[in-house]
Amino acid sequence: MMEKHIRVLVAKPGLDGHDRGAKVVARALRDAGFEVIYTGLRQTPEQIAEAALQEDVDVVAMSILSGAHPHLFPKVVELVRANGMKDTLIIGGGVIPEGDIPALKKAGIAEVFTPGTPTGDIVEFIKTHVKK
Amino acid sequence: MSTEKEKIQAELDAYNASVEKATAKFPERAHLPEQRLYTPLDIKDTDYADDISFPGVYPYTRGVQPTMYRGRFWTMRMYAGFSTAEESNKRYRYLIESGASGLSCAFDLPTQIGYDSDDPISEGEVGKVGVAIDSLADMEVLFDKIDLGKVSTSMTINAPASVLLAMYIAVGEKQGVSPDQLKGTIQNDILKEYSARGTYIFPPRPSMRLITNIFEYCSKNVPKWNTISISGYHIREAGSTASQEIAFTISDGIAYVEAAIKAGLDVDAFAGRLSFFWNAHNNLLEEVAKFRASRRIWAKVMKERFHAKKEKSMKLRFHTQTAGSMLTAQQPNNNIVRVALQTAAAVMGGTQSLHTNSRDEALALPTEESVMVALRTQQIVAYESGLADVIDPLAGSYYVEAMTNKIEAEAWDYIKKIDEIGGAVSAIEQGYIQKEIQDSAYKWQMDVESGAKTIVGVNKFQVEEKPVEGLLRVDASVGEKQKGKLAAMKAKRDNDAVKKALADLEAACDDTNENLMPHILNAVRVYATLGEICGVMRKVFGEYEAHTNL
Repeated sequence: MMEKHIRVLVAKPGLDGHDRGAKVVARALRDAGFEVIYTGLRQTPEQIAEAALQEDVDVVAMSILSGAHPHLFPKVVELVRANGMKDTLIIGGGVIPEGDIPALKKAGIAEVFTPGTPTGDIVEFIKTHVKK
Repeated sequence: MSTEKEKIQAELDAYNASVEKATAKFPERAHLPEQRLYTPLDIKDTDYADDISFPGVYPYTRGVQPTMYRGRFWTMRMYAGFSTAEESNKRYRYLIESGASGLSCAFDLPTQIGYDSDDPISEGEVGKVGVAIDSLADMEVLFDKIDLGKVSTSMTINAPASVLLAMYIAVGEKQGVSPDQLKGTIQNDILKEYSARGTYIFPPRPSMRLITNIFEYCSKNVPKWNTISISGYHIREAGSTASQEIAFTISDGIAYVEAAIKAGLDVDAFAGRLSFFWNAHNNLLEEVAKFRASRRIWAKVMKERFHAKKEKSMKLRFHTQTAGSMLTAQQPNNNIVRVALQTAAAVMGGTQSLHTNSRDEALALPTEESVMVALRTQQIVAYESGLADVIDPLAGSYYVEAMTNKIEAEAWDYIKKIDEIGGAVSAIEQGYIQKEIQDSAYKWQMDVESGAKTIVGVNKFQVEEKPVEGLLRVDASVGEKQKGKLAAMKAKRDNDAVKKALADLEAACDDTNENLMPHILNAVRVYATLGEICGVMRKVFGEYEAHTNL
């Protein structure tokens, strides 16, 4: 499993500047042995899909704290899949009300991690679900 | 005297020896700092007259006013805003009727980054984290039936602060309130946007020009306005420690003062309108010490470094908000207790105004009911707890005084380090400040995950919970509504006047000697939109690009 490094794109879609969580997760994933690329702030879904393709990642992990997730998360899934990346694992996190999660999962977000999640849970989820 | 110290030292040594073994039986508490007890020995070098002194007296350790809350309470200022101007106006009037003494406007992200609601980049974000403001027309609705001559308004707006301030001035004009009567604050602190909060637009140089333009304009025309709220709040939220919070923020403050002096302003003409914004975090006594240390440092900076003459220039006045990042999504009612303790810290630390967070904010924007509990928390602390009855009640505590000294010393080390790098702007450009904050944030998270730090309900005392019901939901149609309003406004306004005002603004942007405020005000008055005005400035100034190193 770990012979070839798992490549993860940590992405901040939308306009919110709260990237404490994204950066902490990025670093925890890196410390867990993944190769991590962080997009920085204010990425459009198009930019994220393009970066995922260019970097040939296995996982796209997005963080939103502004409430724009119902619009932006599904958009990213759609564009990543449209690029032919059928197996890429796409996960999300941030301030996301429980009630929004079923719709996000239906749209193709494999898992949603809410505040208080230990980074170890995210590492385990990726290891279990990534397709390489 | 020295014999008394020797006696205390001997007794302390005996005490430490006697409890060493006993405390070793409690490994769960072993991660705490070594020192368990504070005595007069910890503050033996502290001089009452020089270091602590009286409230309203340099170095203002005990507070900036002589009377503090024996005059009047702090301003209970609840940060609010969401959806459309109509919806937010309702919430503001509700807060005023409930006894809030000042307004605090939250703007949505497109507004904070200078985009109109109909910009493609705004999609999904309109009205989400604050109110959407596209033009003066929205601002008129936002303050409908609110007398700008009476209320004081704080606006959390940074990169486009000049534009929102101009809109506020223009609403005042329409209400018959002259600019010199307006009271309030714009956050206007761009440096912490680069290092911690993320809603920057332009590169540092033109951003600093906009800020000094505002200082100058307001000192002449809007004298009661606080022209900047130099913010540690977001630096702390991004993960910094208490000492880093005040050090990085005061370094930002030094950069603003230097820029204004370089632009030819007299320090005492603008420094009295500078204000600060601190976080009230979980560790109550450390926070009180932090607030006290921050006042002492700023007083020294202004007196010794910038040779301010007026006392007002040396006084660090601050707003406080309880720590959003310390709210838990788990067992959200526990947050009410956290906020109460944080409120106690802010009050014992001598804050000038306070926003208390609501229990449900780790999940969504707060409901009216939970905002009420948060406001009541302040009122209970003010009227019932007794904490506001005595000025700086923790002064003289061996621990709090020693902690005040320690935080001050740690902050000075950082400030010196940043000076060596070439000041806050260079330190941000080199990513130094961002890296320090990131490292602290990561350490915090690892401490929580290892159990070294306990967060009740998160890594200890967890329970199975049902999803919280009745969260506030921003109407998904707000984006469409806002687009409709914007189109109707554009069809109605004098578009030739808009074109002319924008061309005039562009020319002014090109001339670095020109103060941009009057030009922005002219554009706002003819209903040029925020996106149009910021678009002109983007064209001339360019945009900031962040480089993030993990």
